[in-house]
Amino acid sequence: MGKRLLLEHAHVESIDRLDVYRRHGGYAAVEKALKSMSPAEVVEEVKKSGLRGRGGAGFPTGLKWSFLDKKSGRPRYLVCNADESEPGTFKDRYLMEKLPHLLLEGIIVSSYALESHCAFIYVRGEFRWIIKILERAIEEACAAGWLGKNILGTGFDLDIIVHPGAGAYICGEETALLESLEGKRGLPRIKPPFPAVVGLYGMPTVVNNVETLAATPWIVLNGGDAYASIGIGKSTGTKLISACGNIRKPGVYEIELGLSLEEFLYSDEWCGGMEGAYGLKAVVPGGSSVPILPASLALKTASGQPRLLSYESLAEGGFESGSMLGSGGFIVYDEAQCIVRNTFNFARFYHHESCGQCSPCREGTGWLERILHKLEEGHGTLADIDLLWDVQKKIEGNTICPLGDAAAWPVASAIRHFRHEFEEHVHHPERCLFRRRQAAVPVNALAEPV
Amino acid sequence: MLAVRSGKPVTFSAQALEQAQQIIRRYPEGQKKSALIPILHLAQEQNGGFLSVEAMDYVAEMLDLSPIEVYEVATFYTMFHLKPVGRYVLEVCHTGPCEIKGAEWLLQTLKSKLGVDEGEITPDGLFSIRRVECLAACGYAPMLQCGERYYEFLNTEEKVEALLEHLRQNANT
Ligand SMILES: Cc1cc2nc3c(=O)[nH]c(=O)nc-3n(C[C@H](O)[C@H](O)[C@H](O)COP(=O)(O)O)c2cc1C
Ligand code: SF4
Ligand code: FES
Repeated sequence: MGKRLLLEHAHVESIDRLDVYRRHGGYAAVEKALKSMSPAEVVEEVKKSGLRGRGGAGFPTGLKWSFLDKKSGRPRYLVCNADESEPGTFKDRYLMEKLPHLLLEGIIVSSYALESHCAFIYVRGEFRWIIKILERAIEEACAAGWLGKNILGTGFDLDIIVHPGAGAYICGEETALLESLEGKRGLPRIKPPFPAVVGLYGMPTVVNNVETLAATPWIVLNGGDAYASIGIGKSTGTKLISACGNIRKPGVYEIELGLSLEEFLYSDEWCGGMEGAYGLKAVVPGGSSVPILPASLALKTASGQPRLLSYESLAEGGFESGSMLGSGGFIVYDEAQCIVRNTFNFARFYHHESCGQCSPCREGTGWLERILHKLEEGHGTLADIDLLWDVQKKIEGNTICPLGDAAAWPVASAIRHFRHEFEEHVHHPERCLFRRRQAAVPVNALAEPV
Repeated sequence: MLAVRSGKPVTFSAQALEQAQQIIRRYPEGQKKSALIPILHLAQEQNGGFLSVEAMDYVAEMLDLSPIEVYEVATFYTMFHLKPVGRYVLEVCHTGPCEIKGAEWLLQTLKSKLGVDEGEITPDGLFSIRRVECLAACGYAPMLQCGERYYEFLNTEEKVEALLEHLRQNANT
């Protein structure tokens, strides 16, 4: 384990500068693609690689690209999704901060493959310093002829525009993102039509996550087959995992897909185990939207197999006993954490972030927050737990965009696996771990990051 | 959320005007509206940290939009402040991963050190405190954003005190 396709040079000093990046082999993929491959050949390699979208849904990237309408001859856009707002997820930020040119290189080869001449990077507005890093990298690349008109004399033109958001989780959803980029509120669109046909400014558009695009230079240079030989089964390549919660070494790690969750959590190479004296209670393996797994199901699947960090293994058991890889936001809870409180916290998040277009989501997330608040405050009844279950069921699958599901799943899985904690909050609210800890110790003083 | 009419006209500095033109130029022909969010950020900066009705109307005129098109965007996004704020807005993330690392403690500590509640401004006009959702710093919690920067691992009173002192010093220079 320990293959690094993305972060290999992340620790090189000043690797965010073009000359240093070039000295470490940077932009070789642009040279190779533009000078010796056709756009269709690049798409073909990405298809062969088995690369799947790293933004959360895991959709095969090559396949998505092949849906793009090239025939009508209308302008085509590539939009890089750098909105990174899923709680638990902080990997794209790391990648852009350390390796802005890797992202640019990925955008150039991907735009070439898509025959697009204008690409946008939609960055969450709070990342002010990252916007500056990206803009400086773009200036450097333009000045050196890697961007702009007639790149490397091949006749291929490309502009990259960095566009800031302004604080709205929903703008990570690709159609809300496009609305936002057009200068409107971030209201998700009804699909179909999909962005590949009607996207930005009504034109054919591909939206891809930062990490997805950053994986393409390696694929161009080494071939899709080489990429597909890394990882496990249909989970090819490497994945960035942002690890947080009660672990010794929070941070961003690149893993080969298929690494066992147990090794990732306890090995010193990665999370370094639990931070304090308490054992493992639960893991949310893919950002706040995915189902929570109690310790036993986090380490092993229901059939007793070791749980692996791969799309398939994490999903094994469906919603009964599995979860999802999602965005790679890996949140670890120790036994001193309160599941009811955490579920309330996430419900509050989704309620706050609902765009309000569909009533099941707009109203339902409010109900979830209020019922959970009541339970958390110690005023709940057993009937409230059932009501909570009913409300989340009514949201799931009944909305325009997946935010509704994302609000429902954490609640459903928390009740499924931790019903006893909800009941405890009805009978003995004073025992709530969150409350007791808040009162006793202000906060765990932690070691600095590694 | 009600916006505030400040009674003061908004003017962009020459440099900000030039920046605004640059922003508008980078979008494709006929897609000037795309410049709205970046220009609202600029307007907020130019207007002492918040968007008054006057500031929004000014932006509407600049981009040939009707005022309502600007209001509906300004009210949708949490980074836009529709009421006056302190010079330094301390935006504390209170979402799950930060909460388990003491986000509530950080909020309480700030409130008691500054003597104001969330949404209020300290009498010297320097600080206001706000809760925000996940800022993609979950591994470095508890944390807050202030202006262009993130301040992370704010897990002791000393660190919080040092940060406030640093900002006060900044304000004087
Ligand atoms: C509510 C919601 C929030 C999302 N947030 C993000 C995000 O912050 N970053 C991201 O890349 N994708 C996010 N997505 C997924 C995008 O809609 C889209 O699937 C993704 O950008 C596609 O890129 P990929 O195929 O490379 O993963 C979000 C989806 C939903 C429903
Ligand atoms: S599911 Fe929620 S966030 Fe998505 S479109 Fe409907 S109301 Fe908006
Ligand atoms: S939860 Fe606070 S930064 Fe993500």
